[in-house]
Amino acid sequence: MKAQVIVKLKESVLDPQGMAIGRSIAAMGHKGVNLVRQGKIFDIDLNAKTPGEAEAILKDIGEKLLANTVIEDFEAKLL
Amino acid sequence: MKIGVVVFPGSNCDRDCGQAISKVTGAQILYLWHKNFDLEGCDVIVLPGGFSYGDYLRCGAIASHSPIMQEVKAAANRGMPVLGICNGFQILTESGLLPGVLMRNRSLNFICETVSLKLENAKTPFTRKGKVGAVSRMPIAHMEGNYFADAETFKTLEGEGQVVFRYCDEKGQVTEASNPNGAMGNMAGICNKAGNVLGLMPHPERVCEELLGGTDGAVLFRSLLG
Repeated sequence: MKAQVIVKLKESVLDPQGMAIGRSIAAMGHKGVNLVRQGKIFDIDLNAKTPGEAEAILKDIGEKLLANTVIEDFEAKLL
Repeated sequence: MKIGVVVFPGSNCDRDCGQAISKVTGAQILYLWHKNFDLEGCDVIVLPGGFSYGDYLRCGAIASHSPIMQEVKAAANRGMPVLGICNGFQILTESGLLPGVLMRNRSLNFICETVSLKLENAKTPFTRKGKVGAVSRMPIAHMEGNYFADAETFKTLEGEGQVVFRYCDEKGQVTEASNPNGAMGNMAGICNKAGNVLGLMPHPERVCEELLGGTDGAVLFRSLLG
């Protein structure tokens, strides 16, 4: 089964990297880009008998490893 | 006394820690490989600085899932003194032994300089020979030292005396200008509720000999002696 996990900083957490990228975009001459937030995408191939089982596995690895839930949220989807 | 220094792939302050701690305490130093499931009878554990697992995913994230960390977690929960320095601090937060997280420095720069620190908790096994309010000078060298915790955790840390070191100016004033990395409340080092687990970004092991620029860090290791 193929899946994707997206990890993003929580909205309440400042993202200096995203802001630096935003300033760089403005320096390129694009004046209309208001906000950039940087995240991570994990493409995952896993064995599971049912979509439910796959979702449970993704939730476990998302919570315990891929995201630090103090500052990050994640969403997992089966492709 | 036996003191274990954990060695992860990418640790680079392990030998410095071993050398400094051995010189200050006279204790036997054991280097514990990250694949060990055994703390080999150590009485104290030190997680040294460096770039464990190349800082892959997040600093300390992969290390927190290594075999030896399962043993360190169990020992810490039984009350064993555990000290995490720099990357070691990041590993402690990632493994849940300390709350919060170390984020990228506010400036987005790697910061390598000597900072002033104010001691705020002299009850931990690593600071009990220090004096509350004392100002010391220690080097920092990190990219991710910007301590962050949610509002509730922040309140608990402040309320329960879990802030052990704060960045300050040379007179001991905790100011915004003396905060090198953006850490919440100028927090440079914090401990768990029980006080036996301490994490800090500055490197005490680098200031244990006059020849190397100072001895302000030695108190952390001297405190381990009876």
